[in-house]
Formats: sequence, structure tokens, C-alpha cells
Amino acid sequence: MEIILSIAIGVMTSCGVWLILRPRTYQVIIGLSLLSYAVNLFIFGVGGVKTNVPPILSEGGVDGVLADPVPQALVLTAIVIGFATTALFLVVLLASRGLTGTDHVDGRGDKR
Amino acid sequence: MNGWSHHLIVAPILIPLAAAAILLFIDERQRVAKAMVSLASTLLLITVAFILFRIESGPNGYEGVYLLGNWAAPFGVVLVLDGLSALMLLLTASVAVAALVYSLARWHAMGSHFHSMFQLLLMGVNGAFLTGDLFNLFVFFEVMLAASYGLLLHGSGQLRVKAGLHYIAVNLAAALLFLIGVSLIYGTAGTLNMADLAARIPEMEADRRMLMEAGAGVLGIAFLIKAGMWPLCFWLPTAYSAAAAPVAGIFAILSKLGIYIILRLTTLLFDSGPSAGFGSTVLLYGGMATLIFGTIGVLASQALGRLAGFSVLISSGTLLMVIGINDGAVSSGALLYLVSSTLTISAFFMLIELVERSQDAGANVLAVTMEAYGDADEDEPEEGDGVTMPGTLAILGTCFAMCGLLLSGLPPLSGFIAKFAMLSAMMGTGAIGVPPTVAVWVLIVLVILSGVAALISMTRVGIRTFWTSLEGTVPRVLVIEIVPVMFLLGLTLLLTVQANSAIQYMDTTIRTLNTPSIYIDAVRNATIVPGVDSDAGEGN
Repeated sequence: MEIILSIAIGVMTSCGVWLILRPRTYQVIIGLSLLSYAVNLFIFGVGGVKTNVPPILSEGGVDGVLADPVPQALVLTAIVIGFATTALFLVVLLASRGLTGTDHVDGRGDKR
Repeated sequence: MNGWSHHLIVAPILIPLAAAAILLFIDERQRVAKAMVSLASTLLLITVAFILFRIESGPNGYEGVYLLGNWAAPFGVVLVLDGLSALMLLLTASVAVAALVYSLARWHAMGSHFHSMFQLLLMGVNGAFLTGDLFNLFVFFEVMLAASYGLLLHGSGQLRVKAGLHYIAVNLAAALLFLIGVSLIYGTAGTLNMADLAARIPEMEADRRMLMEAGAGVLGIAFLIKAGMWPLCFWLPTAYSAAAAPVAGIFAILSKLGIYIILRLTTLLFDSGPSAGFGSTVLLYGGMATLIFGTIGVLASQALGRLAGFSVLISSGTLLMVIGINDGAVSSGALLYLVSSTLTISAFFMLIELVERSQDAGANVLAVTMEAYGDADEDEPEEGDGVTMPGTLAILGTCFAMCGLLLSGLPPLSGFIAKFAMLSAMMGTGAIGVPPTVAVWVLIVLVILSGVAALISMTRVGIRTFWTSLEGTVPRVLVIEIVPVMFLLGLTLLLTVQANSAIQYMDTTIRTLNTPSIYIDAVRNATIVPGVDSDAGEGN
């Protein structure tokens, strides 16, 4: 489970980093989205990977079967904020495309 | 601090939030109503900030721990008010009042929702100054950033959209780094409360410590991007010079927000234990590089907007270096410098637009950098109506000269006093009492050189603007546009006259900062209000 999670985070991060270094705005936004997915999984991972465990301290006492609820709360906030800012970025991307007529990040149309 | 005044701590967050919400219900065409709500909120904010500042500067400061939701400290969310945050709140409110009044001349009508975004920006900034919790810092930081995206794009135009695209991309990436850093710190320390973290970090085991320091480093990068440390600063001059004048005026506080958080976290978390002084070398040399880059940039920039943008970098670089040295007397001079330079840069950004109004198109041929961005006057706003300022050129020239003096740190204004306090402490005549090392000598030389560079370029631009204007056209400047600039410059005058008490306040603040146990104990000993059920979710 840990191996799969870490491979997923690694692959998404490397794809994301490569994409945000590309010259087209659409690639940049996909790169940022991939990076934010990777970061969300990463936050999820720092609480320890556990399956089928409730994030609640039960009456029966602590015997180690408890998923840390704080990273889950953090992820939720991060997802919401990331979603909002990505949407905003899309609007700016469209505005830039409309104003410059190209989707190059610098607004220059040097086609390569 | 007791009774009703205790609740004032949360007011700097609630007032702009409420105002922003109310503003959404007012139709965009009712500009006067919107302006009045926004202005009332900002004036209320400066009043609250002033009261908090007075409480903090009183004999028994530092009891400003506010438990939101009435939960005890490490579990609930806390707001903490100390000398530094009270100072920053007051500074933010002062700059905000000036920028808002300036925008009422015409900028607020150049697009929709200016006032809502402005208030949300203030909420985010105030929240970030007050919070005692790393994750809430993230939330407030994002509120501030989201509002700043909207404000940067305010007025639209190709130049702004392009600068905004870069600004948003850079800051989104920074936000992701922020999250990685926060989660690494949580994963190793098991808490996000700053006071709790500060208590736990000195006793952390070696294997966890390494990961925690990695997390802190990643977190630091996110703030250094905001503060504009070289080589993370290339977006800054472009974005700040592309923004509308009042927006750039309030943006001057945003880079100081990055500085504030770095100062807060380094003094609090890395004061003692094996991690003591973590990151100070990076801050010292990074600050030097920023200062060099800013100095070259100031000398090279032809357009006034970029000149101001690079001045932000000079200010950031100086402050980062001082945080890197981490010496009491130098830091208190640096705090004075922070206040003085923020006021100056904010006033300068707003002054630039007024000055450039007098320049005809021919003068812009010189401004090669501006030409590269295409049509400069595509976003020419309509003429606002109101009382025109008499004696325009004389007043503009005086304000410009004051900005020049403040930026270069020449006597008699507060820029000089702040730099003098810093440099004399560095040279060892202050509290240290030891001869400065080579690094400190380099630093002294760099600070002085940056002042010379600012003086040279301000003189050059001043001569070109005020003396060699061929057409001799006098710009039409409204009273409510020049008064905010004069207000900010007047505050620096006040800082100059009251320099002694200002330095004393900074000294006390820095002493509190350098004794993290005060902060930790204050947060840990904060008691919940008895008789109120926490589970009801009511924090009375």
C-alpha cells in the first residue's frame, strides 16, 4: 500500500513539474493540478496509511487502530482551496488567450 | 487586557469579512454606497488596530491570546497578539486607508468587486498576522492570495493579465510547497500550533528532526517566494508594476507578510536546541543576493513602476539579511526600517501614477522596458471628478523628493534613522559590542550601496520628470489622490519625530520575540472562559 501510494505521488509530481515548465498555459494548469493531487495524497500519507480504520477515538481505549483525523481535515481544506484557485487560473488563462491570441505563457506567439 | 477589549483581537479579521459580505449584496452601480461601506470598515479597522497597538505598547503587554471556539490551546485554534503583530496590524490598516481613499478617485470603478476583494485581502493579511497556528496561516494566506489575484487583474488590460498569469502560477506552486512543508512538520512533530511546536522541537529525536527541518525548509521557500528572495523574485517587479496604483500600494504590505512569517517562525521555532539558527545562513546570503539584484534592478529600470518594484526587493533583501544575523539591536532597527520602507513604497506606488500622468508619449520612448510590453496607454481610465489639487507640480515634486530621501536613507527622514540604527548596531557600537565579521562588513557596504543606487535612479527619474518636461503639461491631480500619499509620507515624518519611542517599542518587541518562552507560556496558559460549553461551538 505504501509503495503504491509513494509511486503514485512520485509519478504525479514528476509529471506535474515537467508540465509546469512547459510554455503553453494549458500544460501549466494541468501540471499544477497534477501537483496538487500529489500534494493532497502526500498530506494524506503523513498521517500514516491505514485502511478500514475510523478516524475516531473510541470508548474501548486506544489500541493503535485509529486513523489520524487531522491530515484528513487538512486535505479537505487543501482540495477546496486548490479547486477554487485552479478555477480562477482557468479564467485568467482564457482572458490571456483572448487578449493575446496565443496560449504561450508570455503572450508571445513564437510557435515551436 | 480584559473584558470587552479582549474580543478586539478577533475584530481585525471579522470587520473586513463582514464588510466584504455586505458589499456583495450592494449592486455594482451604487458606487457611493459601496465606497462608504468599504471606507467605514477600513476606518474601523485602523481604530481597532490603533487600540490594540496602544494596549500592546502599554506597561503590561502580551496577554493577547484569543481562544476561538473556547477550546484550550493545542487543540483549538488560537489568535495571538504580541508587539510584532500589533505593529503589523497598524501598518496594514494605515496603508489600507491610504490605498482605499486613493482608489475612490476613479480606480474602484474600473471593474467589479474592487471593494469586496480589497476587504478580503485585508482579512487574509490580518488573519495571517494574528494566527498562532500553521494551518490557519495557510488558510489566511490563501484568502489573501485569492483576493490579490483579483486585485492584480483589476482594471484588466493585456499587461495586467499577463503579469497576473505569472503571478498566479508562481503563487499556486508556492501554495503547494506550503502544504508539503506543513504536512511534513505535522507528520514529525504531531502538532501545528506554533507555541506547541516551539516547545516540542528542541526535544525532538534526531531521525525525526531531519524530516522536520526538511519540512521547515520547504515551508520557508513558500514565504521566501512571497517576500521576494533572489532567485525566487523575478515575478515581483513585473506584477507590482502592472497592478493598478492603489493595488500596488496595498501590495507593498504583502511582501512584508512573507518577512513577518519568516521572522516569527525563525525566532519562535529555532531559538534553542539542536536546530537553533536553522536557515539563518540561507537568509543571510539569500538576503545579500536579493539586495544586489535589487540594487542592479533599481539602477537599470527606466520605468518608474519597475523602479518601485525593485525597491521592494531592496527592502526585502535588507530585512532577510537582518533576520539571518539574528541580533537584537540590529533587528529592532530593521523593524523600524520595515515600517518606514513599507509606508514609503506604498506612497511611491501611488505617487507614480500621478507623476506619470504628466508625461507625454514621447517621454515613454526612453522607457524601453515599458515599450516592450506593448501599448502603454491602453488602460487609460476615465477622468474622475472632484476637486483638483492646486499647485500640483510643487506638491508632486515635494512628495517625490521625500520618497527619494526615504528610499535612499538620507537624513532627515525615518529612512535614515532606521538605516542608522541598523548599521550602528552592526558596526558594534550598539548592543553587540564585538567587532563585525567579514560577512557583516559586506552587508554594511551592500546596504549603503543600495541606498546610493536608489538615490542615483530617483534623481535621474526626478530630473527627467520634473525638470526636462518638454511639453510642460501639468497633470490633473485630485485632492483625494494626493492626500493619501501625503498621509503616508506624514506617517514617516511622525516616525522621524517620535523616533526614540519608536525604537523603544521595537526594542521591546524584539526582546519578546527573542524569548520564545513568553509566547509559549502565554498560549499554553490561556484559559478557556468558564461556564461556556465548548461543544456548543460558541466562543464567548
